[in-house]
Amino acid sequence: MQSQELVVTSSPHLREETSVAEIMWTVNISLVPVMLAASYVFGLRALAIIAVSIISCSLTEYIFLRARNKEVTLTDGSAVVTGILLALTMPPAIPLWVVAIAAVVAIALGKQVFGGLGNNPFNPALIGRAFVTAAYPVLITTWTFDGQTAATPLNLKMMEGEITPYWDLFIGNIPGSLGETSAFLILLGAALLIYKGYLNWRIPAGMLTTVFLLTWLMGHDPVFHLLAGSLLLGAFYYATDMVTTPITPRGRWLFGVGAGVFVVIIRLWGGYPEGVMYSILLMNMTVPIINRFTRPRSLGEVN
Amino acid sequence: MILLSVATFKKGVHPPYNKQYSSNKEIQQIPQPDEIIIPLQQHIGASLEPVVKRKDQVRRGQLLADSDSFVAAPVHASLAGEVTAVEKVPSPQGGRVLAVKIKAGGDQQEELAEVPGKEPEELSPEEIRQAVRQAGITGMGGAMFPTHVKLAVPEGKSIDHLIINGAECEPYLTVDHRIMLERGEQVVDGLLYLMRATEAEQGLIGIEDNKPDALKALKSAAAEFDNIEVRATETKYPQGGEKMLIKALLDRDVPVGGLPLDVGVVVNNVATAAAVSASLREGRPLIDRPLTITGEGINNPGNFEVPLGTPIAEVIKAAGGFAGEPGKVILGGPMMGQAQTSLDVPVVKGTSGILVLTRNQLEEYSPAPCINCARCVDACPMYLVPARLEKLAQQEELDKLEEYQVMNCIECGSCSYVCPAQRPLVHYIRVGKAAVTARKKSEQGGS
Repeated sequence: MQSQELVVTSSPHLREETSVAEIMWTVNISLVPVMLAASYVFGLRALAIIAVSIISCSLTEYIFLRARNKEVTLTDGSAVVTGILLALTMPPAIPLWVVAIAAVVAIALGKQVFGGLGNNPFNPALIGRAFVTAAYPVLITTWTFDGQTAATPLNLKMMEGEITPYWDLFIGNIPGSLGETSAFLILLGAALLIYKGYLNWRIPAGMLTTVFLLTWLMGHDPVFHLLAGSLLLGAFYYATDMVTTPITPRGRWLFGVGAGVFVVIIRLWGGYPEGVMYSILLMNMTVPIINRFTRPRSLGEVN
Repeated sequence: MILLSVATFKKGVHPPYNKQYSSNKEIQQIPQPDEIIIPLQQHIGASLEPVVKRKDQVRRGQLLADSDSFVAAPVHASLAGEVTAVEKVPSPQGGRVLAVKIKAGGDQQEELAEVPGKEPEELSPEEIRQAVRQAGITGMGGAMFPTHVKLAVPEGKSIDHLIINGAECEPYLTVDHRIMLERGEQVVDGLLYLMRATEAEQGLIGIEDNKPDALKALKSAAAEFDNIEVRATETKYPQGGEKMLIKALLDRDVPVGGLPLDVGVVVNNVATAAAVSASLREGRPLIDRPLTITGEGINNPGNFEVPLGTPIAEVIKAAGGFAGEPGKVILGGPMMGQAQTSLDVPVVKGTSGILVLTRNQLEEYSPAPCINCARCVDACPMYLVPARLEKLAQQEELDKLEEYQVMNCIECGSCSYVCPAQRPLVHYIRVGKAAVTARKKSEQGGS
């Protein structure tokens, strides 16, 4: 028997049917309910913000990949994830040109300068949002609801000590950023990702438990703190960004707990009513060292 | 603590098993090949010296090569006839090895060693080890470590459990399953000799729970022996890894860099146990072995008893030839088997299967950047961090590789299997292991 041209590669010769693109697009799909809710609560303007963010992120990604002589991998969906996540941090009245600038910063400074997908230390969407917070502090904190300027639940609490009813927080009938309205829809999307195995539950579990316990210990309303602001969205979608979070099981717990501690510190004693963005960015910095010190004990290894 | 009725280990993966192609096919004898190629290196250890030369007439079962070294297993003729050459041939493990080629001729009745035919308890451990070595038996699950060496318990160590590995966690392969069904009593008999050789009090047989008929067969074969227990293990890859099986059955951790005997255990594959019984009862050297030939690229998948040294092309012919255009021919299973370039390579002692995948089945993988998803970390049964090891191997960070316990990798491939970025993780980890080993050798050589 003459041997045909046989393919030789090293084992394994079987691979699970999964891909980076599948993970990214599933994340995008899981955010559809939140995006629809945003356009229901804030009108078509929300959709415009999301569209501008996605398009600006994708264009920036395209230009950078071409300039770096890399294969254009827009179909992997990662730039779209950043586009959506960035848009969801924006207040509804934000001018569209600010969204576009935030998107360019997110992809360019948050991702491509580090070498693109997989190499960025910080969550790119949060880098974009942090830039706008610093550059346009008034625009990024101007909240509107039903066409009127309104205070977010966390603002109300900080300034007036007023607690928004839980039910309004849960279903999303409140002013805020596009994505921080409905706790219910965030949980729905996250449930899909956990079911598919694309979202690690340890990080949100650590982060939410920490915020709940610490605010409660400090004599604040823990349920309000869980439901208000961008905590749920942040815990399930930004703090679980695979690229910028630890890969060890203990590391993920630590990351979640650390982020939770920062949220409470900023919310209770900081100058901002909300601290989710900075808490996640701060924890992003610690990932290499967390990974290093939480290396699992290999089977049969003696400490 | 073992409270569950199904023993298992943590992590691992669940690839599609595809055993239905051959699991209900009885082991058949393949037609006698015209020519066989017996590589002299069919074991891990010292190389053998041939004791035959070109033009010699040999009988089936006759010794072809041996070594004075302890860590070596002799090879025997699996075909009677004339030695046509003693030369280097392509090895199924890659590279080229010295081999004896025999052309069939004359009486094929095998020459068996004279054996006392004694029961296990009538023999000393040393006598059993001698017989096993003489029969040239090595591990038949794939690693091909000389069995008598495994059975030689060093001074100061003692063995309490002799485990027979009937997990057969590699997808597609069914030969161990068939051996347990058709030769269950031989497996149990082999186990009794193995227990005697190591003075182990307890025999344990671990079988994945996707083979209820094999569990039943071995339970009935072992029913009369109080010191043999047959246990179901979870159907999960790599359950048949020695360290995973020991963890599942006894909840013991084999130390890093150590062997099962460091935790009082010796593990042997079911085919090896059957061969041990044949060597002690019948004086039969290891000259034939059963194997599975299967895959979407084979017309009639099945299980065959094959003389060692048979070119794999002959086995493929016996199984009805290729179905469609073959893409990959793999010796072993799809998770750890080796893809071959040539169909002339022979079946050796560790060849548990020949898997043929069609060209249409093959996918081109273009690795994407690692996104730190940690699926490899969650899959690694050895609790390693494959993504990190891959990077360290690429950067040749040998100190860090050692710190991250690269040598503890069992190369099961679970990490590559689950990687959504399709990165060849285990491939680079092998490269890293080789680099660390090479450095250790050169340091020892230099000092």
